[in-house]
Amino acid sequence: MPDLMLLLPEIMQTPLWIVIKIVVIVAPLLLAVAYLTYAERKIIGYMQVRLGPNRVGPKGWLQPIADALKLMTKEIIIPTNANRFLFLLAPVISLAPALAAWAVIPFGEGLILADIDAGLLYILALTSLGVYGVIVAGWASNSKYAMLSTLRAAAQIVSYEIAMGFALVGVLMASGSLNLNKIVLAQQGGFLDWFLLPLFPLFIVYYLAGVAETNRAPFDVAEGESEIVAGFHVEYSGMAFSIFFLAEYANMILIAALTSLMFLGGWLSPIGAWADLPILGDGMHWFVFKTAFMSFFFLWFRATFPRYRYDQIMRLGWKIFIPVTIIWLAVEGVAILLGWQPWL
Amino acid sequence: MSEIRNYTLNFGPQHPAAHGVLRLVLEMDGEVIVRADPHIGLLHRGTEKLAESKPYNQSIGYMDRLDYVSTMSNEHAYVMVIEKLLELEVPERAQYIRVMFDEITRILNHLLWIGAHALDIGAMTVFLYAFREREDLMDCYEAVSGARLHATYYRVGGVARDLPDHMPQYEPSRWRNKKELQRLNENRQGSLLDFIEDFCKRFPTYLDEYEILLTDNRIWKQRTVGIGVVTPERAMQMGFTGPMIRGSGVEWDLRKKQPYEVYDKLDFDIPVGTNGDSYDRYLVRVEEMRQSNRIIEQCIDWLRKNPGEVLAANHKVTPPRREAMKGDMESLIHHFKHFTEGYCVPEGEAYAAIEHPKGEFGVYMISDGANKPFRVKIRAPGFAHMSGLDEMSRGHMLADVVAIIGTQDIVFGEVDR
Repeated sequence: MPDLMLLLPEIMQTPLWIVIKIVVIVAPLLLAVAYLTYAERKIIGYMQVRLGPNRVGPKGWLQPIADALKLMTKEIIIPTNANRFLFLLAPVISLAPALAAWAVIPFGEGLILADIDAGLLYILALTSLGVYGVIVAGWASNSKYAMLSTLRAAAQIVSYEIAMGFALVGVLMASGSLNLNKIVLAQQGGFLDWFLLPLFPLFIVYYLAGVAETNRAPFDVAEGESEIVAGFHVEYSGMAFSIFFLAEYANMILIAALTSLMFLGGWLSPIGAWADLPILGDGMHWFVFKTAFMSFFFLWFRATFPRYRYDQIMRLGWKIFIPVTIIWLAVEGVAILLGWQPWL
Repeated sequence: MSEIRNYTLNFGPQHPAAHGVLRLVLEMDGEVIVRADPHIGLLHRGTEKLAESKPYNQSIGYMDRLDYVSTMSNEHAYVMVIEKLLELEVPERAQYIRVMFDEITRILNHLLWIGAHALDIGAMTVFLYAFREREDLMDCYEAVSGARLHATYYRVGGVARDLPDHMPQYEPSRWRNKKELQRLNENRQGSLLDFIEDFCKRFPTYLDEYEILLTDNRIWKQRTVGIGVVTPERAMQMGFTGPMIRGSGVEWDLRKKQPYEVYDKLDFDIPVGTNGDSYDRYLVRVEEMRQSNRIIEQCIDWLRKNPGEVLAANHKVTPPRREAMKGDMESLIHHFKHFTEGYCVPEGEAYAAIEHPKGEFGVYMISDGANKPFRVKIRAPGFAHMSGLDEMSRGHMLADVVAIIGTQDIVFGEVDR
């Protein structure tokens, strides 16, 4: 806490300090969300042999700002038969967990808002909460398309939550801790010590389950643009819509960040010997780079794959992802029992 | 206990997968379709009735607006039926030009179809790839007719004008630098035929690109294999034509079975499917694009070697040359009569059909000897396919309905007419 803060009355010091820390995390996060949308449009644009936004500001850099302004000034239309309270509550329910989850994300060693021991459980709890926003939105809209989307989202989250949870159990077994800071520290010593290699199937399952949880292509059946138009947010407009949008992209960044923390060594440098070097060494920039790298796959998937059908997603979740994780947990358990732990 | 009723979902007309103005009333049991009831008529413009009130040639442009994705093929059926009534011989060069543009149209149509079908199933990128190629073919349309979409290029007795010797080029502007301009104009240095030939050389690799994205893609296969299966018997009973019936394994193609124009002189194959599902129809259409490419190459070859007239010399039905009109009284009269009164067609009735990209597109015409038709009936392939939608989508899920609409390649201009 800086000395300046000590001048304030004692009762205000800690809350104010926490608020400042939250702002320092959330403000860049929202900026990152805005520019992820820009990156998405540009990257997918180039993948599709077109230019993407290039008119607002130099090379279109101000496009996300313009979009935000446009959405803010638009009218929020509430359908006549919608449940007003829930209709407006739903976007908040979906955004809040997406932001709150960042409380336990370590950006560097000890660089963390709340260094709690049950960090992984907290993350698991919050990422599952987000779906209530979708479900409430779909129900409160009182629209048939939104209702279908709600049913799909609920079923999808339930099935992918299990695979995701099992994948995290693998990380927990390997690192022996639920604290994200300690999970990263358990991967010290270069990229061969990351959980990426020994837990490779879990990495794949976790990341794909993460793509499914954030309702991104090819698992975007809850949004299903060409089937149920926009699904749960079909009736939303203006700021209410853009909060859903923010939540989706914040969740994407969150999944990418978690993947890089749990499987790619977070802020650790890929070469163990570089750990103390000024730029190549450990530091937040590695974390940011890895997160950006994992976010890129979200965009790549979207440009490449057709959409799964709802029942096919269920099949993939239950018949492939869950068995894979269970088998790998058994393999890992036996390895730990025999004292053969390649990641240590 | 309360009665459990099925869920009714109004799908369209404002729906991203409705391909225009399709309105489907879906009766659903959860996600499963119990009944699909297509409602049509939202794009009805009364083309058949309009054609009864104007001289024959003035309706050619209306035909473009039927299936607005494959415009020249529509014109083809219309001019063919009039030629049949008139017993008019079309110069061979015009026949080759027509065949070439029919096949260009087929590629144009199938490119839009592959893009829209993939987009419906969620693969966005194919759509933009397909439109990149469509752009080149649209330029060919523009080069011969001046319009990129509604060409109105075919005429009774031939085509409006011969192929241009120069391909129009991009002009400098402050949005394009010199290098980019040069790149854009690189294949536009020669005649239209050179440009099309260049396209034909590039096109198979483009097709491979789409196939890499789709053909062996597991998700694509999961979404299309076994979806909307039509048995050959049912396909025939429901009047399916074109790729819809060939996907079911019936080798029915008017270009082979009732050859018109110069199709009997050209070498090409008819692809057929085996299972009659969406995936087979996808494969059939992709292969049709390759075959069309082959036909275009043969046409280019012939057209290069055989210059000549592109309109029949019978000036009772075709306009005289502009130069002849200046010095020749008879030509002046022909010209005046042609563009005011039009021409009269002998009494009788006839049906002419072509293998349109979507199926059999036919025009049935009754003439009472006047300068306009007594009755025109258009047989649009999409209409028959649309009526099979209910049967094809029963028992499938909501997402499959979208895939089935895509595989039928519905365009509402021709269904509603």
